[in-house]
Amino acid sequence: MALPKVWVHAEINENGVAPITLEMLAKAREIADTVEVFVGDAGDGIAATVGAHGATAVHATGDLGGKLQGVHVAAALAAAIEANGAPDLLMLGTTYDGRDIAARLSVKLDKPVLTNNIDIDVTDGIVVTTPIFGGTQLVKTKFAAGAPAIALFRPKSFVAEESGGGAAAVSELAVPDTGAAGTAVRTNRHVEETTGPKLDEAAVVVAGGRGLGEAAKFDLIEDLAKTLKGAPGASRAIVDAGWVPYSYQVGQTGKVVKPTVYIAAGISGATQHMVGMKGSKNIIAINKDPEAPIFGVADLGIVGDVHKVLPKLLEALQAR
Amino acid sequence: MNVVVCVKQIPDPADPGALNADHTLKRDGKLILDESDSYGVEMALQLVDKAGEGEVTLVSMAPNGEVSGLRTALAMGAAKAVLVSDDALKGAGALDTAKVLAAAIGRVEGADLILAATESSDGYTGTVPEQIAAILDLPSITFAKSVEIADGTVKVQRQTEAGYDECESPLPALVSVTAGVVEPRYPSFKGIMAAKSKPVDTVTVADLGIDSAIVGWAGAGQEIVNVEAAPEREAGEVIEDDGEAHLKIVEFLDGLKVL
Ligand SMILES: Cc1cc2nc3c(=O)[nH]c(=O)nc-3n(C[C@H](O)[C@H](O)[C@H](O)COP(=O)(O)OP(=O)(O)OC[C@H]3O[C@@H](n4cnc5c(N)ncnc54)[C@H](O)[C@@H]3O)c2cc1C
Ligand SMILES: Nc1ncnc2c1ncn2[C@@H]1O[C@H](COP(=O)(O)O)[C@@H](O)[C@H]1O
Repeated sequence: MALPKVWVHAEINENGVAPITLEMLAKAREIADTVEVFVGDAGDGIAATVGAHGATAVHATGDLGGKLQGVHVAAALAAAIEANGAPDLLMLGTTYDGRDIAARLSVKLDKPVLTNNIDIDVTDGIVVTTPIFGGTQLVKTKFAAGAPAIALFRPKSFVAEESGGGAAAVSELAVPDTGAAGTAVRTNRHVEETTGPKLDEAAVVVAGGRGLGEAAKFDLIEDLAKTLKGAPGASRAIVDAGWVPYSYQVGQTGKVVKPTVYIAAGISGATQHMVGMKGSKNIIAINKDPEAPIFGVADLGIVGDVHKVLPKLLEALQAR
Repeated sequence: MNVVVCVKQIPDPADPGALNADHTLKRDGKLILDESDSYGVEMALQLVDKAGEGEVTLVSMAPNGEVSGLRTALAMGAAKAVLVSDDALKGAGALDTAKVLAAAIGRVEGADLILAATESSDGYTGTVPEQIAAILDLPSITFAKSVEIADGTVKVQRQTEAGYDECESPLPALVSVTAGVVEPRYPSFKGIMAAKSKPVDTVTVADLGIDSAIVGWAGAGQEIVNVEAAPEREAGEVIEDDGEAHLKIVEFLDGLKVL
């Protein structure tokens, strides 16, 4: 049985509505009669996009300026729910702002939040699926505290799909006074320059790990990624070591990627890394240790030295 | 400058995780300081050091009166700890945990700043810190990759998808820090010895004035219906590099038509 009403959080990035939002909208359409969107920003700019993905309404706070999303969007949602009743389910991404909003709202409504979900089923109550122990086990949990269920989903859990709907109707989601809790502000934004496709959208990802030996060797990964028109990625070990920025990190605390090909070079394959790349269509691993866990998921495993294999691979590809 | 740090004590992540029959995480063995929280402890110590006055207090919720993880953080230099340990908390969800920790933080006088990690290593819900802030009605900034205090204001570089935001908040406030924000120190021998006699205030749910009927399994508002093994991905071909393995990769990529 479908749920009467689901609200999906619209996340906005430099390019407009973030992929995670469109992914959740596709799933929301499947499980609900009415799908609406809420956003901590102006609604007009996204009405056409979210409408084309099945949302019929956008509840928008308007531009929040430097106010932080978590407190303000949660306060606005709580007020709207108190005035007009709750949707059956709120879907948000396991993202920076998604977590903040859901956490603040859960306290306001005194309802649990379930995080890191990769699937949802509504045939017998609202049941979400969450991977634990680095994705080796799946837990199914049912919400038992009444509407709204608040659930956070990992990016790439669903496939975005247009519905052909017209622009969604925009209405105001008024932000009440947030008092002391609302006094933190954003004063500036820094956007790192990137070229080439985004890590979580690229068809090819070439990722490097501690096996590269030193920061300078990451150039090999960058060059290979460029040659394959893909994006470079990294294990947390080398992000923590400061070799590459956090935005390169793949895994539990980094990005989830599902490219056509994932090449892991000098990465051991810790469960926390694999949970972010196991969904890739094809995996190639290069590691000098034949016992490395990464080989357990690789379609093509090369037991060898990255310093020997990668330069030759690069040369062969560039020669074509 | 008084800083409270939430520190979770968890089963050693090097050991394979296991569940009890009631689907709760097995926590009966020895627990250790979650590495994610060692960054908060280090940050707190540095901030207090810079301010030249004040102290670092730890707050933790853990079963069986567990203190080993707390002792590690005390050995790093924290002054004292509040530990909430109560059988009624078995099965507590993130919101219940936040309610308990918020009440425990309430026992610490004059806290200017509360630090937590963005997410724990075993539960990684990533919601507890922000829930604590909401319960205490405090401003908060999550995902800090740098933290500075000046003139009663905390300035934070908040990690984002595309880079970082500069954020600031008046104190008191809560900040959650990412791994790598600072390099945690190793406890010195002196520190380890000193930690043995540092005060740990162990309290129950009732001591905090919380009704045990609203936390733990009873208050979770969620019900685990099933746990199963995730479908495994099958391993393919593994070959030893004979000097020509790169050609094999080219061939593989060719077959996928990504070249
Ligand atoms: C809560 C938590 C969250 C985490 N989140 C993430 C996450 O999001 N992403 C992530 O990646 N990790 C994460 N980790 C860390 C994870 O557990 C591992 O520590 C990390 O992934 C290891 O990175 P690595 O494979 O690069 O390094 P290592 O494990 O050190 O592996 C290096 C590998 O390189 C191989 N090697 C060495 N030299 C060569 C050579 N010359 N040629 C070929 N191979 C070579 C070695 O055989 C080894 O297998 C997390 C950990 C925790 C506790
Ligand atoms: N039981 C606990 N005791 C102390 N701190 C906790 C506890 N649970 C969560 N925290 C804090 O909240 C952070 C995020 O936890 P989580 O929301 O479980 O990912 C942790 O890294 C700790 O700083």
